[in-house]
Amino acid sequence: MSNHSSTELLRFTTAGSVDDGKSTLIGRLLYDSKSIFQDQYEQIEAVSEKRGEEEVNLALLTDGLKAEREQGITIDVAYRYFSTPKRKFIIADTPGHIQYTRNMVTGASTANVALLLIDARNGVIEQTKRHAIIASLLQIPHVVVCINKMDLVDFKQEAFDKIHDEFEAFATKLDVKDVSFIPVSALKGDNIVDRSINMSWYEGPTLMYYLENVHISSDHNFIDCRFPVQHVIRPYNDKFHDYRGYSGRIAGGIFKKGDEVVILPSGFSTRVSKIDSFDGEMQEAFPPQSITLLLEDDFDISRGDMLVRVNNQPTISQDLEVMLCWFDHSKPLQSRGKYMIKHTSQEARCLVKEIRYKLDINSLHRDQENLEIKSNDIARVVIRTTKPLFYDKYRENRITGSVILVDEGSNNTVAAGMII
Amino acid sequence: MNYHINHLKELESESIFILREVAAQFENPVILFSGGKDSILMTYLAVKAFYPAKVPFQLLHVDTGHNFPETLAYRDKLVGKYGLKLKVGYVQDAIDGGHVTEEKGTNASRNGLQTFTLLEELEKGKFDAALGGGRRDEEKARAKERFFSHRDEFGQWDPKNQRPELWNLFNGRKHIGEHFRVFPISNWTELDVWQYLAEEKVPLPNLYFAHERMVIERDGILLADSEFIPKKEGEKAFLETVRCRTIGDVTCTGVWRSTAETIEDIVQEIATTRMTERGGRSDDKRSETAMEDRKKQGYF
Repeated sequence: MSNHSSTELLRFTTAGSVDDGKSTLIGRLLYDSKSIFQDQYEQIEAVSEKRGEEEVNLALLTDGLKAEREQGITIDVAYRYFSTPKRKFIIADTPGHIQYTRNMVTGASTANVALLLIDARNGVIEQTKRHAIIASLLQIPHVVVCINKMDLVDFKQEAFDKIHDEFEAFATKLDVKDVSFIPVSALKGDNIVDRSINMSWYEGPTLMYYLENVHISSDHNFIDCRFPVQHVIRPYNDKFHDYRGYSGRIAGGIFKKGDEVVILPSGFSTRVSKIDSFDGEMQEAFPPQSITLLLEDDFDISRGDMLVRVNNQPTISQDLEVMLCWFDHSKPLQSRGKYMIKHTSQEARCLVKEIRYKLDINSLHRDQENLEIKSNDIARVVIRTTKPLFYDKYRENRITGSVILVDEGSNNTVAAGMII
Repeated sequence: MNYHINHLKELESESIFILREVAAQFENPVILFSGGKDSILMTYLAVKAFYPAKVPFQLLHVDTGHNFPETLAYRDKLVGKYGLKLKVGYVQDAIDGGHVTEEKGTNASRNGLQTFTLLEELEKGKFDAALGGGRRDEEKARAKERFFSHRDEFGQWDPKNQRPELWNLFNGRKHIGEHFRVFPISNWTELDVWQYLAEEKVPLPNLYFAHERMVIERDGILLADSEFIPKKEGEKAFLETVRCRTIGDVTCTGVWRSTAETIEDIVQEIATTRMTERGGRSDDKRSETAMEDRKKQGYF
């Protein structure tokens, strides 16, 4: 019964367009792991037939909105789920076209693995580079390059090697830590779940084996203790009269009972007297657990404060430099513009002091001339906030190193930023 | 010590984070409670999120009047156990007041009529965030839902213009009159829900377990024999051992032949089934985009 007690959760992102076989690949993963249900299959079968398509269109599984079905495109992030006895998988499936950079960035923000698809006949194209650059900017810990449609190049090793080298040459310019290459045919099923009998020259894992076994437990930062206070728990009843708990999700490091901690921004220090949860007291807690901390001394602590270790503190500053992905269709990023900024459980107002350059996400070229930052553009900017934020570099911690900007008029989320 | 948690604990942690975020970002949130396993799970997670304090949200039940009596009994017991505050909105009132018109015919259901009562109750109660037990794996329109899903002053959803959600930064800012729907268990699958309920030993309504019941068969789906479902010509009720996989209103909740008597049996059954849970929901079968159409108007 408890055979799922050690099942881990892995989130991965895919990006691509209609023709690169992405839907077929996802369809195959879902189908081969028995995650497509009979009535779902019958439904898309009927719709495919109604539209006069020859084969069952597996893309219909992921395209959920009316507009997407009508236009035959994916316009939003679609989340798909499947599981094997080893892991539960969440796929953030995003459109790969440049006008949907914002969706790719969204899907990438929480992913452990980026799955990049390359058509073996076409090699590394602009879209592959774009997706790889986003994986690098968003610091997705693992990248797996699936060289697809190997059946159309006679399963030849030379075709694989050429693309492998081409991608590696390009990837040296990126900040990706762990890249793997797998030759596959999503349509025929080669190296997806079962080993290919057509590519005996390939000795690496199948895609499913890779996804089930890639080492993700160190994807969180377990070194730098960061606890953003999310909510204060005060029961106000007789049984828990003096209870004052600080609840939140651990963003970094391992907190233990008895640890000395510093409260930011006040700078007071105290000790952890108890780590509490509904299921009882805990001796230690680590990311991504949601817990409640109790402290030895009574201080005035509220949402937005952060508990850290004395000898390991984040940057405390009103100035930050970020790589910003602009989302707003209605207006470009305003230099000297004012926005709301959200960072961990903090909220402040901010001023965009300077736009340093616009990044071309096909070539990595830094454009310092044309600084009009429109929707889906990525730019390096300098920001000043109305109050100090407690932050780390995004490279070191994806939680304490990320921000979003909100337009004060429309209340829309207009940008996402990675702190440099 | 190995610093990792299993997928159920990670999902739990994510949901608790969302629930606390709702408490922090909104003035007057409410849990939409249907009596189904998803809203039971959400309520249970809310109890965990704020322990040892009470859940800072009310419960709202939109009552079509076509209930399984077991659902109401379970609801009242749960409310008592955790000291929750319950509000009930009655679809019957909207019908009596002439705001909505009851559907006619043998497949008539009050499912679609709930939207009016739901939006009215949200407005009356000045609720600015309504927590729903929707999951992305349930249905294709729901696969595109955000955790924090914005609704305009008419309660409408605009799926093509949703706020991007990155990392764990959730934007709940809104103009006066607008509200949010929040889906804390977005990332759970049906199997996750059952595995978790089993592991946590959460008590559930008896409807979920195999029991003998008079049923009728219509379009390949078994429905509970009830005064609310007029029989078509030739339809005859018969005794069958069944259970519910989802619980909604009697008129649109299919029952399944099953012998699953414990949560563990159910986990086994779900793990091997080839039909989705909403396969028995006649409300989704009305058109290819039935759910999206209802959601745009303000449905759950």
